[in-house]
Amino acid sequence: MSEPPGAAVSLTDAPPPASDAPSKPFAAQRVLPLRRPGRWIATAVVLVLAAQFVHGLVTNPFYQWDRFGYWFLRPTILDGLVVTLEVTAYSAVLGLLGGVLLALARLSKSPVLRAVSWVYIWTFRSIPLIVILLFLYNFSALYQTLSVGVPFGPAFFTFDESRLATDIVVAVVGLSLNQAAYAAEAVRGGILSVDQGQHEAAAALGLPKGYQFRKVVFPQALRSITPNYVNQLIDLVKATSLVFYVSLLDLFGAAQTMGATYPGDIVPLLLVVTVWYLILTTVVSVVQFYVERYFARGATRSLPPTPLQKLRTGVSDLRARIRRETAI
Amino acid sequence: MSTETLQIVPAAVEVHDVHKWYGAHRVLDGVDLTVRAGEVTVILGPSGSGKSTLLRVVNHLEKPEIGYVSVNGELIGVRKQGDHLKELSERAILAQRSNIGFVFQNFNLFPHLTVLENVAAAPVATGKLDRDEAQKLARELLDRVGLADKESAYPRQLSGGQQQRVAIARALALRPGVILFDEPTSALDPELVGEVLAVIKDLAKSGTTLVIVTHEIGFAREIADRVVFIDGGKIVEQGPPSEVLDKPQHERTRDFLSKVL
Repeated sequence: MSEPPGAAVSLTDAPPPASDAPSKPFAAQRVLPLRRPGRWIATAVVLVLAAQFVHGLVTNPFYQWDRFGYWFLRPTILDGLVVTLEVTAYSAVLGLLGGVLLALARLSKSPVLRAVSWVYIWTFRSIPLIVILLFLYNFSALYQTLSVGVPFGPAFFTFDESRLATDIVVAVVGLSLNQAAYAAEAVRGGILSVDQGQHEAAAALGLPKGYQFRKVVFPQALRSITPNYVNQLIDLVKATSLVFYVSLLDLFGAAQTMGATYPGDIVPLLLVVTVWYLILTTVVSVVQFYVERYFARGATRSLPPTPLQKLRTGVSDLRARIRRETAI
Repeated sequence: MSTETLQIVPAAVEVHDVHKWYGAHRVLDGVDLTVRAGEVTVILGPSGSGKSTLLRVVNHLEKPEIGYVSVNGELIGVRKQGDHLKELSERAILAQRSNIGFVFQNFNLFPHLTVLENVAAAPVATGKLDRDEAQKLARELLDRVGLADKESAYPRQLSGGQQQRVAIARALALRPGVILFDEPTSALDPELVGEVLAVIKDLAKSGTTLVIVTHEIGFAREIADRVVFIDGGKIVEQGPPSEVLDKPQHERTRDFLSKVL
């Protein structure tokens, strides 16, 4: 600055510069948005690249879209899809139940429960899923019967392992064991996120312990559990493709088998699998949106709009804007 | 006011030689306090003096190391076993708490439940009323605190003053013999304080036993039967407001009052 500080202060008393001062008061002036040419250029570049990608996807004969159409709804593929859905559904529910129990054990005041839960989570997060699945697959050879009873004492129930352990059971047990370890951490995080004041208020009202958890703490925890758990659920959907290695024909397994029989169709078969997984993930994401919206009750002053509501307000906003623009 | 909400039998509270410490820090250092049934007691004291802890000892949210609390002669959180006091089971403590209402500084309403559900939850969960009775009672109580039109709102859609009034209705739903207020207006904007104090004043008139920790000296003078001044975990002096507030005997009390008045 060339001017001394005193001069800067005196500027406030000086008359405003007369150069381009508007004739009307500021309130009446419409503010024009800043032009952003860089943004327009970047948008154009991305659009061109995207168009090229889509063009390649459609026209490249390598993808064999006619064969894709042939395979997409074949019964073999749909049977595989059903297996994928079954395995996912069972494992998601059992994994979440196991996760809640493990999380409660980790938050318990008993050091033994805490340690057991910690060791379980540590173990099953460390072992690759495929290793767990192959272990279980060979389990029936290691232990022919499974008994429930006192250790070294009498057994109350005995199961014949080879009869119990069908392929789907092996797959669901393996995925659930793995899923529970991850779900436990998501659930624990959710429970910890509930304000201490909520526990105190529930205790001060004399609410029974089980009621405190089911009706006060857990519903609030679910709000932060949901995004984390859905993330794992999407992982789970794809992880089911590993059950092919324990001779279960899921979506991926079905495509793989068909690919072995029709080697020329491997690429369209992989595309079929890709599109089905995309659809499953989309469904999970849509469900997630509504589940989160449900648990947001009371947490926010107003609920986030559904896509339909967004579309409606978007259209009416656009109309209003057009009316404004054309009126001037 | 309806007859149903008036079915509160005021309880007497006795705090006997209560000591409480966290590590080496003594929070309560031998507190004796008698609150007669239907009496309004206001506890004053500088922050960190142990007044909130004392209140939380009464409903056993904090366990005293030495001493005991009784409500209507019933020991809270402990039972007598020979010459010792033995801790009660969690279930038994929870059952005792339904006779002791507690209103928090930060309201602590359940944000995922509507106002009506917040008020009706406890009587149902503790098996005192069935769902319909509880909702009927909840509506009466909401009407009493002036929020009859807010029953289907969620707590976060309400102002702080409204939330605190719901919290008071929630505490009343169990028809407790005594209600403890832990700085009920400290988290409120000044303009909202009045509406909450008005509800508490209404309760005081109806003869419920109230123990109130507050910094509102004017309010204390108006409604308290007895003012207790506590500092350093000890009761410094107590008596009717005309004595403790207007003619304090102790230097420490005078000093405190000169700062807050």
